[in-house]
Amino acid sequence: MTSADIRIDEATAPVKPILEIRDLAITFKTGSGEVKAVKNAHLTIMPGETVAIVGESGSGKSTTALAAIGLLPNNGRVSGGQILLDGEDISHAPEKRMIELRGSHIGMVPQDPMSNLNPVWKIGYQVRETLKANGRPDGPKDVARVLAEAGLPDAERRAKQYPHEFSGGMRQRALIAIGLSCQPKLLIADEPTSALDVTVQRRILDHLDTMTTELGTSVLLITHDLGLAAERADKVVVMYQGNVVEAGPSLELLRNPQHPYTRRLVESAPSLASRRIQVAKEQGVASGDLLAPVAADESRVQDDVLQIKNLRKVYKLRQGLGKSSDFAAVDDVSFNVKRGTTTAIVGESGSGKSTVAKMVLQLEKPTEGQIIFDDVDTAGLKGKELFKFRRRVQPIFQDPYGSLDPMYNIFRTIEEPLRVHKIGSAASREKKVRELLDQVALPQSMMQRYPNELSGGQRQRIAIARALALDPEVIICDEAVSALDVLVQAQVLNLLADLQDNLGLTYLFITHDLAVVRQIADHVCVMEKGKLVETGSTDDVFDNPREAYTQALLDAIPGGSLLLPPAVA
Amino acid sequence: MTSNSEHFVAPVDETPLQATDSVKTDQAPVSLWADAWRKLRRRPMFIVSAFLILLLTTIALFPGLFTSVAPNNDCQLANSEGAPTAGHPLGFTLQGCDVYSRVIHGTQASLSVGVLSVICVVIIGVTFGALAGYYGGWLDAVLARVGDIFFALPIILGALVVTQLPFFRENRGVWTVVITISLLAWPQMARITRGAVIEVRNSDFVTAARSLGVSKFGALLKHALPNALAPIIVLATLELGVFIVLEATLSFLGVGLPTSVMSWGNDISAANASIRTTPGILLYPAAALSITVLSFIMLGDAVRDALDPKSRQR
Amino acid sequence: MVRYILRRLLQVIPVFLGTTLLVYYMVFALPGDPIAALFGERQPPQSVIDTLRAQYNLDQPFWVQYGIFLKNIFTFNLGVDFTQQPIADSLARAFPVTAMLAIEALIIQAVFGIAFGVFAGLRRGKLFDSTVLIVSLVVIAVPTFVLGFVFQLVFGVQLGWAKPTVGANADWGNLLLPAFVLGLVSFAYVLRLTRATVSENMNADYVRTATAKGLSRPRVIMAHILRNSLIPVVTYLGANLGGLMGGAIVTEGIFNIPGVGNKLFQAIQRSEGPTIVAIVSVLVLVFVITNLLVDLLYAWLDPRIRYDQ
Repeated sequence: MTSADIRIDEATAPVKPILEIRDLAITFKTGSGEVKAVKNAHLTIMPGETVAIVGESGSGKSTTALAAIGLLPNNGRVSGGQILLDGEDISHAPEKRMIELRGSHIGMVPQDPMSNLNPVWKIGYQVRETLKANGRPDGPKDVARVLAEAGLPDAERRAKQYPHEFSGGMRQRALIAIGLSCQPKLLIADEPTSALDVTVQRRILDHLDTMTTELGTSVLLITHDLGLAAERADKVVVMYQGNVVEAGPSLELLRNPQHPYTRRLVESAPSLASRRIQVAKEQGVASGDLLAPVAADESRVQDDVLQIKNLRKVYKLRQGLGKSSDFAAVDDVSFNVKRGTTTAIVGESGSGKSTVAKMVLQLEKPTEGQIIFDDVDTAGLKGKELFKFRRRVQPIFQDPYGSLDPMYNIFRTIEEPLRVHKIGSAASREKKVRELLDQVALPQSMMQRYPNELSGGQRQRIAIARALALDPEVIICDEAVSALDVLVQAQVLNLLADLQDNLGLTYLFITHDLAVVRQIADHVCVMEKGKLVETGSTDDVFDNPREAYTQALLDAIPGGSLLLPPAVA
Repeated sequence: MTSNSEHFVAPVDETPLQATDSVKTDQAPVSLWADAWRKLRRRPMFIVSAFLILLLTTIALFPGLFTSVAPNNDCQLANSEGAPTAGHPLGFTLQGCDVYSRVIHGTQASLSVGVLSVICVVIIGVTFGALAGYYGGWLDAVLARVGDIFFALPIILGALVVTQLPFFRENRGVWTVVITISLLAWPQMARITRGAVIEVRNSDFVTAARSLGVSKFGALLKHALPNALAPIIVLATLELGVFIVLEATLSFLGVGLPTSVMSWGNDISAANASIRTTPGILLYPAAALSITVLSFIMLGDAVRDALDPKSRQR
Repeated sequence: MVRYILRRLLQVIPVFLGTTLLVYYMVFALPGDPIAALFGERQPPQSVIDTLRAQYNLDQPFWVQYGIFLKNIFTFNLGVDFTQQPIADSLARAFPVTAMLAIEALIIQAVFGIAFGVFAGLRRGKLFDSTVLIVSLVVIAVPTFVLGFVFQLVFGVQLGWAKPTVGANADWGNLLLPAFVLGLVSFAYVLRLTRATVSENMNADYVRTATAKGLSRPRVIMAHILRNSLIPVVTYLGANLGGLMGGAIVTEGIFNIPGVGNKLFQAIQRSEGPTIVAIVSVLVLVFVITNLLVDLLYAWLDPRIRYDQ
């Protein structure tokens, strides 16, 4: 199959591929024996072409890319197949040869800009040593030029600064500068912008596009985001469980996915889906009984369960030697949340969205303004009343690895709220825990397990079960699905939509991801730098954004403008 | 089907599609502690040190099981620096006392000073450290300053001053040494606890517990502290060894245990005079001391590896 | 950077005051006649008692006494010992010897500790690594005074490689054996710390990025792994100076080195409380100042600290 493909490539294409991976297998030695991280990967990158590998975590996409630059971790090795760079098999090349190739022939832009620059060296130094190691001119002028080309303003001065003086976006630009400084023929970009805000992400990807087009660099782009891959790459390679399951031209692949995994991926990719999750409606159609209570709820829908009025939160920033200045993390924010609906607060890092969530949860005190829950101002809540309030408003947090106590097994985790509020007997509590596990679609046998044994999505479902234990009315989801793989994310969003439908829950959904908003929210509040810039129904905001900032956010959704008609059809 | 010859699709049966986020049900549930214990059991270093510590504890509690020779009463100057004889396998000290018996009977003092000091240090250090780290504010500020002051006092120098106090000079014994050590060593434990609690304090599960209605102090006891235990346990085990050395050093300098208490430090100090003629008198208690300390340090090292969160990632 | 230095200087003052206050309070402000209590059963010459009373102004209120005590330390007016000799004079003679010993020990532990630690850290899990680890545990477990006697016996008496005792003429060569004893325990800690940070940094993202840039292996190790690993090690070495001074009491006692530790050792054996307090206070001052220097060194090594707001 593969060899046939290659022959066709060679016959039709006059130019040789810059990178060709054939039947690649990669094995890791672990405490419990050998594990095959990559079983069968193959791809071809022609000069000047951008190829994206898409897959969930653990699919082997990053491992494949690392193998291509000879940077597998010490316990990993290529156990089969070939990696041909310009026709030379480098899968078992000696380290000396790899050092020659790295930088000048293959460049890399890593994932996390925070940890990939050495904190003790100036940016300029880190650029210069790259130039020097690859035998390029490395004077201060050259360093500044390389940085300026990557879009870093005021490069000469910036070169004298340390990484911690840079913002995330600037660091990523510096890393791009380093990756491209020696004009490699191939650039490996491993999730180059996933740690950045969407608008920054877009600008940096645009710049990377321009640069690689100008230099004629081929790019191997690793991403979990199908929309981003389709938008940026000529070809998309889908990996699943260490195998390449589908590969082809981006648009063709999106419009006409063949492999069931790809189809599933295309269906649930948030950036491509255009409509709100329709679970409720579908269930309504499926069972006519459900229609009656929905109708009876009409009057309740009008009621604002949560009213936020002129909320302000000011932090004192210490500026050394006793001086301090005020910083308004949340500035004059007002909005209402209707019972039984989902309101999303969208914004980039530093927009103050999480601070709003913390204040609603009564974990932080507002500096000014009111949070009115069910017609009662929460500012006055103390002792018993606050305790009762906590029963009715529950949080779900972002990090599925941090939100469950690793010392508590699943039963104790879900039972804790019941025990704290002294609800029921031991037997009735156990029954309730079993019911809750059913509700979040986890087997009851999981009760004796510990969080470290579960996947991220499962942990998040446990967190949902815990939040539901007290039969709350409002659930605050603080980036509750941001850390999850696309398919798992879709699954959890569906679960949340189901639960809302069955239990009449109200969600306040804090997120940076507009694509997710479109899937789940009825109303949207867009925040920027502590201020509320736009509110409205989800359809209104998406179809007719009034503010430039909202428009910029919408534009930045990867693949957002891409082929919506065929995807919907 | 495919409109483009480059469109590759793998056969579905090669990579069968699994349910999204399927639940593994094949393994038995493992708690953090069970997991650590499982790792610990497999380490030879742990087995050796655990065996030695058990042995030492038995010697300390029941010295009579190991020797019938009284360490002090049967001393005869005629035997001074005598070579080993039947029933006296390690020879005699300058005072003509049985070396083996003294080594056996010295175990108790070293171990009790070590264990008691560690208990005091853990009680004081963990309490202050946890409260300071968890609540922050003025308590934290005060504790940080007090800690700085104690850190500026090297522990042996501090101990020299403390033991010069009239109360300590007049009542020299196991407890004065324990108090001296605890007084000077608790800030280290407080600092470690504080750091560990701060790390846990801001984690989402503590926030989650708070928003389900667990009180602030309750969340400290039920969630923050249990998750901060690993570094505390490791430090406590290591310090046990360090404190035993400290006691011996103080006794050696003449400000630790009184000579009336049988202790390795005192014996090593007294053996100074015989070192060129009969080095065994010094070497045997020194070896006992070193082996004891080594067992605790090995235990601490093994426990540290077993509790290392990095080794737990899946 | 300047602001950082200023802030650290300001922080040092309360620490020094607090520490000396603690020492002073314990000795002079507890109930009873401090002078009598300081000497215990042994009665010093009346002239010494008189000098002490005059020196510490014990009839004054506590804070005045403490102020005078502080002034005495800074002016090196440390009083007299049993034999009416000014403590400051004998300290001035002893101090260079101890400094020499400590520096030599510091060099030994730094050079060997870092070298072995780096080597073990780069080859984590290999035979060299596990051997070095076990050896370091054994070294930590043997107390300095045991090590001192054993080395004195083996290298000094039996093998005759070095003089078993140093005596009056202390020089770098004579001090080598005691410095080795003094440095050995910390050597093990330096080794373990270096090994841990090196093997941690080896897996750091920026090290992988540095390799991806095309840097040679030695260059990656020197500029990225070692440079970053040295930060905590240097800090430890500096902070450990206190441990060295504590250890010097034992080492100087065993090898009969006429240093500060030996003076302290003799004062303890003669139960000369005032001398002990005077010497400890001076040593605390030295320790606080070296810690300050270490902090500045730390800021120089780690740019993140310098710009800390």
